[in-house]
Amino acid sequence: MMALIARDLALSVRAGGGFGLALAFFLIVVTLTPFAVGPESATLSTIAAGILWLGALLACLLSLDRILALDYEDGALELLATAPIPLEGVAAAKALAHWITTGLPLTLAAPAFGVLLNLPAPGYVWLTLSLAIGTPALSVIGTFGAALTVGLKRGGLLLSLIVLPLYVPTLIFGAEVARRGAEGQGLAGLSTPFALLGGITLATIALLPFASAAAIRINLR
Amino acid sequence: MEVRVEDLAIVRGGLRVLEGVSFRLPSARALVLRGPNGIGKTTLLRTLAGLQPADAGRVVPGPDAMAYASHADGIKATLSVEENLRFWARLHGTASITAALRDFNLETLAERPAGSLSAGQKRRLGLARMAVTGRAVWLFDEPTISLDADSVALFAAAVGRHLEVGGSAVIATHIDLGLAGADVLDLAPYKAAPPEHGHDFHEAFL
Repeated sequence: MMALIARDLALSVRAGGGFGLALAFFLIVVTLTPFAVGPESATLSTIAAGILWLGALLACLLSLDRILALDYEDGALELLATAPIPLEGVAAAKALAHWITTGLPLTLAAPAFGVLLNLPAPGYVWLTLSLAIGTPALSVIGTFGAALTVGLKRGGLLLSLIVLPLYVPTLIFGAEVARRGAEGQGLAGLSTPFALLGGITLATIALLPFASAAAIRINLR
Repeated sequence: MEVRVEDLAIVRGGLRVLEGVSFRLPSARALVLRGPNGIGKTTLLRTLAGLQPADAGRVVPGPDAMAYASHADGIKATLSVEENLRFWARLHGTASITAALRDFNLETLAERPAGSLSAGQKRRLGLARMAVTGRAVWLFDEPTISLDADSVALFAAAVGRHLEVGGSAVIATHIDLGLAGADVLDLAPYKAAPPEHGHDFHEAFL
């Protein structure tokens, strides 16, 4: 499995690998927001947490169809299915590699982009923490969506339609943590959404690789 | 390791294409599959590799003993030849790739990005992957496509060495590889009878 993660990371940073695409998209969403809602800093700081979470989620969505489609097209997915590691492990490794190349850079960049939206000072810690805990769920759910649509030509749009409703709980609780944090509520005030966000992530990590593997198996037949 | 296939029935696109396929393949032997296009050679190999379930019958040993080379080689264009091969070797827990590089005459290409290889060179890289899987039974689907005569000889020699150490191979091909110890299985007699009702109403929507 380490071999697969290492290969996916190497592929993503080589030419055409798409590393940085999500980050650039995130930056553009964040810079466009003041043009759309106006430059009043009071308005921006109210909506900053929500916009940052939404931007990160959409940026993550952008690269989902690369998780499995490229390996399907060149036949590598079939060969991985006959390799000694179980397909559940392949799905988990793919999700982890996607998180390292997408979720992790988004999380690390979010505080810098928060400045652009005048995010209130107490919000930075909670925004970063909520993204760090929430984005793994986005990658795992996205891998499941990619597994469902892997055999389809131009399945990218269908993938978005399948995955976006599944992202709703993570978005609700993730943005809630960041919003309450930005309002200056301490840990006592936001422990409930925080716990639920963590719970969703842990549950998806535990369950969805099995569903992804089953979907890949059916699509490879 | 002996491969035993008993009364195997396989399905493609919801229809049975082959049924009653039975053969024994002792170790150190190769089996060449023949038959007209569409008879189900690829589907049979995919079933042996465990990529799709059999409709009936059984295959011993299971997919864990099989290494499968399909039409597509699974080569990553931005990785070098060596990186491509090393990935599969690590995945299969094989230590060394030097023998595989040498057997398929890839040593001089090792540093080249796989995307810059010719079709025949890519094919050789795809076939070299079989040598790093460390598995006993090799399954090939039309392995000689886009290979020149010298490369076909390299391939036949590599399969020959695999047979010498007690491995076995099932090869779907239309050309004569000149392999010592190869049996031929013609799949035409196992063609499944067409369904009785012709097309069902709901099949029109599949």
